[in-house]
Amino acid sequence: MSVTTLQQFAARDAGAARALGRRRSLIDRLVTALCLLATVVGLFFLASILATLLWRGLGALDWTVLSNEFRPTTYGDDTLQKGGLLHAIIGSLIHVGLATLIGTPVGLLVGTYLAEYARNSAFGNAVRFVSDILLSAPSILIGLFIYQLVVLPMGGFSGFAGVLALAIIVVPVVVRTTEDMLQLIPNTLREAVIALGAPKWRMIVLVCYKAALSGIVTGVLLAVARIAGETAPLLLTSFGNNVISTDLGSAMASLPIAIYQQANSGFPDLIAIAWAGALLVTLGVLAINIVARLLLRRKS
Amino acid sequence: MSDIATNPGAMPVARARRTAGAFGDTLFEWLCKGAGLIVLLTLGGIILTLFVAGLPAFQHFGLGFIFSTNWDPVEGREEFGAFISIFGTVVSSVLAIIFAVPVAFGIAYFLTELAPMWLRRPVGTAIELLAAIPSIIFGMWGLFVLVPFVQMNIQLAFGEYLAAIPLVGFLFESNSFAGTSLFSAALVLAIMILPFIAATMRDVFEQVPPVYKESAYGLGATRWEVVRGVVIPYTRTSVVGGIMLGLGRALGETMAVTFVIGNANRMPQSIFDPSTTIASVIAMEFPESLAGSLQQSALFAIGFLLFFISFVVLATSRWLLRSRLKG
Repeated sequence: MSVTTLQQFAARDAGAARALGRRRSLIDRLVTALCLLATVVGLFFLASILATLLWRGLGALDWTVLSNEFRPTTYGDDTLQKGGLLHAIIGSLIHVGLATLIGTPVGLLVGTYLAEYARNSAFGNAVRFVSDILLSAPSILIGLFIYQLVVLPMGGFSGFAGVLALAIIVVPVVVRTTEDMLQLIPNTLREAVIALGAPKWRMIVLVCYKAALSGIVTGVLLAVARIAGETAPLLLTSFGNNVISTDLGSAMASLPIAIYQQANSGFPDLIAIAWAGALLVTLGVLAINIVARLLLRRKS
Repeated sequence: MSDIATNPGAMPVARARRTAGAFGDTLFEWLCKGAGLIVLLTLGGIILTLFVAGLPAFQHFGLGFIFSTNWDPVEGREEFGAFISIFGTVVSSVLAIIFAVPVAFGIAYFLTELAPMWLRRPVGTAIELLAAIPSIIFGMWGLFVLVPFVQMNIQLAFGEYLAAIPLVGFLFESNSFAGTSLFSAALVLAIMILPFIAATMRDVFEQVPPVYKESAYGLGATRWEVVRGVVIPYTRTSVVGGIMLGLGRALGETMAVTFVIGNANRMPQSIFDPSTTIASVIAMEFPESLAGSLQQSALFAIGFLLFFISFVVLATSRWLLRSRLKG
């Protein structure tokens, strides 16, 4: 009798173990399937956005869009001249170029300070913290700040104000990559340079910058990609303009603002132009991002 | 054989060069320090500007400004309260987190545990590129693609089935059929912050020492049991930090939300009602407001509140991620 009970127990345990094992592997497979699904969903959104942009943007992108300034809607009348985005393209190039030119040196110096002078000082930690906050802070608030600081005293919206707002966004991006890249440089390299009798600033400028060059360039490229599509702060600073203007003292057009205004106009022909602009901005931003990544990968 | 031995005159020259080096060092250090000071002053300037310019509104409405649901910019009966926009900001962002976190976890799990090596980099890069797309593009895509989809396929079905649930059913009722709603905004926000959260999770999952995982595998644990029992407990703090970072981004997002939320300054009754957020109100009304008006001051005041909220969230996130920053 006792033997049969033991056998029964053994049999029941093996059965229970098998059932448990089946349940565990079932749960595992279920989670695996859900995670695969999540990845597909994430990639699907990227594909959907790119497909929409290509489909609607390529249909609207032609030479007129690239060579004309803004014109009001034609109401489908083909005899009227169609408008374009030339004013916005020129405006965006000015905005992005000048903002990068202003923001990069400041970001570079701050990143240098954090990596070379203040790895553990209280002031350095404060700067690092504030720079990280600025990196993720709502960009529209930077617009409000520049409005109060520049637009009100100057008496109106201006390209200069827009450039300044974008420059504030450039700084923390460059700071982060510069600091990270400088910290990757081995200290033995620094010691070797100092041992040759070079002052610290020459070590930083001639050796460290050179060693970290591709990383720093990556940071600048990422900053350019970030501000090229930035819209909210420009709404409160350079405001947008319907004609080609290179005057930094008055309102200036930019691609994101032109897209925003024409996408919300309600006229199909203007919305088509907005899609063309959206395609230009996105392709530009993605191209810069991919170049930046390749640059960094070749380094590492 | 030094210069000094052969030519004593070289001594002063060498000293002069060294002082020039010392001077260059001081100059360069102060230049770097000054740039750091600019960064501090910028943030200080933003806080001060928002507060000072918003002060008239704070003084005019007192503490009631935060809790009032009135927002009426019409001249003569101006009345401003921040509650509706604060509510819309917080609800849309929290909903976005609820949508995004499970998907982000799935992507991180896929990229660290499931995917074959050759697939990890391209998929990871594709997800990161999603983060590079400008917010205005998300807004346009949301308005012309996502909103019609929500309107036709999600809102109707939810309204039909979920609205029948007692007590919470009203949250899913369709009172507005425009399709622009809190739900659409949360969905677009979720897609935008997805890559940030997924990238943080992937990075911290990769930092788990292989020995821990191997010992769990050695005990016969399945892949999911290893992640649930070893990886998640080990990385919990940083994962929460990554989620807070996504929340911080969502709170201040402007253009994408402005396109799809409907910009209605009234209290939403269900998640399919149009609403508004602080950033959208500023983007919609600021360019048309008069300099020095009470409306403009109220816009600065809600901007100050937005800064306060996102500062707290971002600072918390950074604190939680501190171990990763050090490593």
